[in-house]
Formats: sequence, structure tokens, C-alpha cells
Amino acid sequence: MTLPNVWNYWAVVVLMMVGLYIVIAKPNYVKKLMGLSLFQVSVIMLYVSMGRVTGGTAPIYILDDGAPRPFVLYTNPVPHVLMLTAIVVGIATTAVGLALVVRIREAYGSSEEDVVAELDRREVEAANALAAQRAAESDASSATAAHAGASHEEHA
Amino acid sequence: METAITVVLFVLLLATAIILGRQRNLFAASMLTGIFSLVSAGLFTVMEAVDVAFTEAAVGAGISTVLMLATLSLTEDVEAREKKISWPALAVVVLTGGALIYGTLDMPNFGDPHAVVHGEIARYYIDRSWDEIGLPNMVTSILASYRGSDTFGELGVVFVAGTSVLLLLGGRRSELPASGESPGHERPSSRPPGKRHAHVREMPVVRTVAKVMLPYIVLFAFYVQAHGDFGPGGGFQAGVILATAFILFGLVFGPQELVRHVPPERLERIMAVGLMIYGGVGVVAMLLGGQFLAYGVFTPSHPSHGHHYGIFMVELGVGITVSAVMIIIYATFATRRPSLAPQVVLDAEDRCETEVSADDVPLVPEERALRSGADLLAEGAAGTDAASEVPS
Repeated sequence: MTLPNVWNYWAVVVLMMVGLYIVIAKPNYVKKLMGLSLFQVSVIMLYVSMGRVTGGTAPIYILDDGAPRPFVLYTNPVPHVLMLTAIVVGIATTAVGLALVVRIREAYGSSEEDVVAELDRREVEAANALAAQRAAESDASSATAAHAGASHEEHA
Repeated sequence: METAITVVLFVLLLATAIILGRQRNLFAASMLTGIFSLVSAGLFTVMEAVDVAFTEAAVGAGISTVLMLATLSLTEDVEAREKKISWPALAVVVLTGGALIYGTLDMPNFGDPHAVVHGEIARYYIDRSWDEIGLPNMVTSILASYRGSDTFGELGVVFVAGTSVLLLLGGRRSELPASGESPGHERPSSRPPGKRHAHVREMPVVRTVAKVMLPYIVLFAFYVQAHGDFGPGGGFQAGVILATAFILFGLVFGPQELVRHVPPERLERIMAVGLMIYGGVGVVAMLLGGQFLAYGVFTPSHPSHGHHYGIFMVELGVGITVSAVMIIIYATFATRRPSLAPQVVLDAEDRCETEVSADDVPLVPEERALRSGADLLAEGAAGTDAASEVPS
């Protein structure tokens, strides 16, 4: 069995997985976004690798006296176009992510995922406890009200 | 030779990525993301993707690093806890990677000219774009003409991202200092002499060199904008490079100074103007009887000239919007007043502790819930009073 010559893609996949690991395992949000941009660059690399043609030159016409030279092998320009815009869109969306991290830091006092999750859990617990307390109080008050009503009837 | 360079670059990238993952100092980590981008730009150049390499070098190594640093100045620059290797995450990653590598076994060889990717569409662009559009750089022809609607959408995403950052962080700017006074400027006497390095804004060498460099960066941006038809470059790269000049100004002379010279209110409008130029070119083409973004109708006798005009205007719109969005994102991050709230950390028993006791201790969630709960209780008490009045 002969393996196809795709080691280039394998290297890209390894880089991509390092980025994915950072996104999953690191609790710090800024670190996660760094991992995400690592992942993004790797994806871009995968696309650009697919556009590669052995021996091809950059997709810019080689001109001889104002006319393109015939029989020149060019790399595929389509992945380049798609990835070029993806890079700029990627930095713009990363900026939105970083802005969200700043807001989370301001709201929670931390930019670590486990701290934020723990604070959220406590807030829910406190709210539940409060609701239970209120329910118990209203039960008690309605019970006394019913009791009072019953005694009124008895009196009548 | 090319293979050797590729291998070396991949090894460098892998080393950078792994150190980035292990680095707890986020300042160093953001520097490593810049290095990663720069090395990958080299790899793109080896793979003949010159436009992509150009963009990656300008965006990844320049702007994204600055944005990370701006974020770190508003949050913490050290990861809170040493995290042991997460075995579930590792398992997920290994499984995903294994599946992807298994998938590559069906792919054509790297660099195979007969691969499906290089099929009809790519061949059409390579064979015909010279006759139809007449620009040497095929990437620009495809970007601005053949796939013009696609690029219009991408520019819209950039615009929306800039708007989102403004919505998220634009509300709380730190106060503008009186003009003339350098902002964020601590008096040298207030700190122990010789203990800290001078702030970058006080270094005469940095200020002078930045002043000399700024006009050349702007000139280079205009060159890239105008030369995108003939070589690598275009609106996206030029916009980012132009923004780099403003960001350098902000870094060296202070973001408040940048905001004073380039008010964000004006940038917000410029941001929209670029998008409107792009869309306007399309609409004009429609009014002249053509299709949206079909530039041939501008000069019916000479369609390729119309394409040149159209592509020039569209790239101009891209450059304006991208540079305005990048400057505004930087300015919004850099002028955001840092939160005074102390950092919340969890101690060994995962109990919530505040690290620093400042004057304004933030409400811990219990208190927040209790307070809102107390309000609710008061309302509820009023409500039950009202309800109890009904039967009587």
C-alpha cells in the first residue's frame, strides 16, 4: 500500500488540533481566542495547500510586451481569494470575541471560564433558595389566612 | 529545497503553537500568536499564495497582536491557575485529528495539477480573466469582479464586527485629558527612580522613529491600494496597513491623542461610507442597465475599461471600510476605562474569594441575587397585601 503524498495536510491537521486543544482545555478566555485564531490560520493553510500546483507560480500573469506569456502554470487563485477575505473577517470577529471577554471581565471580575461558571452556579442557587423561601412564606401566610377564614366560619 | 523550507516552517509553527499552549503569561502568548502568523505568512509565500501571505502578515502579526495586548490591559495578563493536562480534551483532539488524517488519505497528492480543485472554475479564471478583465493579478479580478457579491458580503461582516465592538465597548470611554498633557502619563517623580523602565511614550527615540516612519507607512498603504491590480495587494491589505499607521501613532503617542485627532464619531461614518461606495458601484451598474456589480456597462464600447474603473472603486470602498473598522476597534479597546473591580479567583476549595480588597468591592452573585430578591420580596409583599385585601 502506498500512502498518498499528503504529509503537508497532516502537518496542518496537527497544528489545527493544537489550536482545538487550547480552545477546549484552557480556562482563560483570551487564551481560548488565541487557540481559535491558531485553528483559523491552520484552516486557511489547509485551503491554500489544496490550491497549490507543483511547479506553478503565483496567480499573477507574467506579461511579455503587454500580453500574458502562454503555457505558464499558475497556482489555483480561487482558494487565495476566499482565504484572503477570511483572514480580515477573522480578525474582525476575533475583535468581537475579545470585546465580549472584556465585558465578561467587568461583569464577573474574572476572565476564567471555571470562575465564571462557578459564579453563575451560585447565582442560580441563591435565586432558587430565595424562591423556595418566598414560596414557603406565601404558603405559611395563605395557611394562616385559611385558618383564620375557617375560624370565622366556625364563629358564624 | 522548497520541501525543506516547508518542513522547517512547519516545525517552527508547531513549536510556536505548543509553547503558546503551555505559556501562562498571556503577554508572551500574544507575542507568540504574532510570531505564528508571521511564520505562516512565510509558508503562504512558499505555497505561492502571495496575496494571502500579505494579508496574514499585516493582520495576524500586526493588528491581532495589538488587539490581544489591548484586551490584556483591560483584563489579566496571567492565566489564573496551572491546569493539568485535560485527558478528555486530549482524547477529543486525538480522535478529531485522527479522523481528519484518515480523511486526507482520500485526497489527491499535494501539488497534484490534476486535482479536482483545479477544475473548471479555476481554469476558467486563469484562461479568460485576462481577456475579460485585463488585470495581471487574477486574485484581484476574482475578488472584486467575478466574486464581487461575495466580497461585498465579507465587507459587510467586517462592518458589522466594527459596529458590534462599538456596541459592546464604546459606551465607557475614559475621560479625555486636557490637550497638551500626555494621557496615561505618570509623573516620573511618582515612581521610584531606576526601578521601572520609562514608559514608551516618554522615549525620545521611539517617538522620533515613529514620526519618521508614519508617512512612509501611509504611503505604502496607498501604493498597495493602487497596485493591487498588478501585484499582490488590494483594498483589504491596504486598509489594514493604513490602520497600522494609526495604531502605531496610538501606541507611541497615546490612544487619547489618536482619538483627539481622529474622532471615533467621524470614523463611524467613514466606516459606512466605504461600504456604501462598494454597494453604490453595484447600484450604478444596475441603473445603467447591467447586473449588480457588473462593471462592463460603465464603458459599453470597451468593457474591460469599465471593469478597471469598477474594480478601482470597489477596492477603494474596501480599503476605506477596513481601515476605519480596524482603527475604530483599536481606539475602542485602548480608550476603554479599565474596570476597577478586583479580580475574582477561586481558592483550593473552589470557594469564591476576591483577591484584592478595593474600595468598590463588586457585588458577589449571592448579594446581587439577594438584593434583587429583596426588591422582589418587597414587591411581592406589596402584591400579597393587595391580594389579601381582595377577600376582605
